Amino acid sequence: MERYTWKTGILEVVMIVVAAIFFIPLFVLISTAFKATNDPSGSLQLPANFTFVNFSNAWTEGHLGNALANSATVTVVSVILLIVLSSLAAYPLARVTKRWSKLAFAGFLIGLLLPFQLALIPLYQTMRDLHLLGTVWALILFYVGLQMPFSIFLYTGFLRALPIEYEEAAAIDGSGLFSTFWRVLFPLLRPITGTVAILNVITIWNDFLTPLLYLSGSGQQTVPVALFAFVGQYVSQWNLVFAGLIISIFPILLVYFLLQKTVIQGFASGLKG
Amino acid sequence: MALERTARRRPGKSNFGVKRGAWIFLLPAAAIYLFVVLWPSIQGAGFALTDWNGLNPVKNFIGFDNFVKLFNDQKALTSVWHTLVIAVTITVVQNLVGLLLALGVNTRIKSRNVLRVVLFAPAIITPVATGYLWQNLLGQKGAVNEFLGFLGLPPHTWLGDSNTAIWAICVVIVWQFAGYSMVIFLANLQGISQEVIEASKMDGAGPIRRFWSIIRPELAPSITINLMLSIIGGLKIFDQVWVMTGGGPGGSTETMSTFLYKNAFQFGDFAYGIAIAVVLTVLVAIISAGQFALLGRQNKGD
Repeated sequence: MERYTWKTGILEVVMIVVAAIFFIPLFVLISTAFKATNDPSGSLQLPANFTFVNFSNAWTEGHLGNALANSATVTVVSVILLIVLSSLAAYPLARVTKRWSKLAFAGFLIGLLLPFQLALIPLYQTMRDLHLLGTVWALILFYVGLQMPFSIFLYTGFLRALPIEYEEAAAIDGSGLFSTFWRVLFPLLRPITGTVAILNVITIWNDFLTPLLYLSGSGQQTVPVALFAFVGQYVSQWNLVFAGLIISIFPILLVYFLLQKTVIQGFASGLKG
Repeated sequence: MALERTARRRPGKSNFGVKRGAWIFLLPAAAIYLFVVLWPSIQGAGFALTDWNGLNPVKNFIGFDNFVKLFNDQKALTSVWHTLVIAVTITVVQNLVGLLLALGVNTRIKSRNVLRVVLFAPAIITPVATGYLWQNLLGQKGAVNEFLGFLGLPPHTWLGDSNTAIWAICVVIVWQFAGYSMVIFLANLQGISQEVIEASKMDGAGPIRRFWSIIRPELAPSITINLMLSIIGGLKIFDQVWVMTGGGPGGSTETMSTFLYKNAFQFGDFAYGIAIAVVLTVLVAIISAGQFALLGRQNKGD
């Protein structure tokens, strides 16, 4: 790589200015949330007096505690199920060369193209008939199915590049099919499991339309729906609203900043297919 | 796709023992996928041919009437147009911005790691939250107008004016996802051999020439992925629009997804809503198929 010259210095300044511009909206978000309603400062300025009152009000008024718990349950359960079921399914898809395996793989890939709005409405009826509407189980079932093609796609690609010798050695040792998969193969899949987990966590946590439909009228909410209802109720009380936004995006931002390298790599590598 | 060739096709029956019975592993995933995605999608396509309102148990087969209605419904056609405008705009702008950011970050600058984290951060935030944030920023007394006032320019209600609302939405989406495009370009850029770039410098190629002749051809995989992601994401766009404008003012930001939602769940015209979803599916499928074909051609070219 080249040395750090004065040209690099100029580029550095330009890039920092650009990133600062990108950051301004988040600055306004944070600074507004710490302002009292009568704070005289402009929206691009820091608060005249810092206050935490918006956060405690948003927490109680917005029922965000319940929504966070629901979102966490739905996300964690769905992602665990997705990891287990899609890695298992990817095994025959990657290793068996027979025709049915190729057909099944193509069948799953179709799911990547279907916009979920199409399945969402008919499935609404089925969920109602099964008395799952208004429960987190409707969401979990939906997300596991919806994200299955993408997860299988990632696992299958990764497995195909993995040498077959490990499984052969295990089979020669007399290890059964499932224990070979679980003890030998699954640990080798760790890098792609990380990617599958990250991409699914963010998609599921942030989804709005599905819980808006499937939980409506039940009193149960996930974070995006709780925010929607909260803002509808406190329109233009921006200090309160912004505190609510911060509470609701905090868990996912925390995960992001703690694991930023893994998260970014997950996004970048997962999509190379 | 290139990986397919490496692992398999070994002669003899050496791995037969591992594979026999492995199809059982497929069953749970396939069952859920069939139940949640495939079957309801087929059902949906069927419902689009009826007059079902979603509540009434009776549904009559009416053939393609919903589609005929759709193509004669000015509101539906405008929603298709808005969806295409948004999808194309963000595909072009978001990827251009993302590429420039990636090229800037992929240098010797000392802040590159911090910049990458900051620029990508908006991409992981709930779109509902970024929608509300920008509703405030773009409002009458918001930060954008405050800044314009500082420059001595008059304020404008960006989301309240039917001429600017759709572009304001595009700005928000680009702000949120440019970092996402950047990260994908960056992964690709880091895989390009430095030797080739150094050699081109020795030959006296300037930065623009170097980008066009050496770097750009190598970026084909990330360009394809980014185009596909942003165009499909743009076609399906719902959250940001629903939160910021609800399709207004005066229908000027109505997209296929918001129009679909209103018809199916607010106006009680379930079957019509599904017909719109079917058209959306066809649009997405055509564009994805085109992209897949392009991707296939590029891989063969390697």
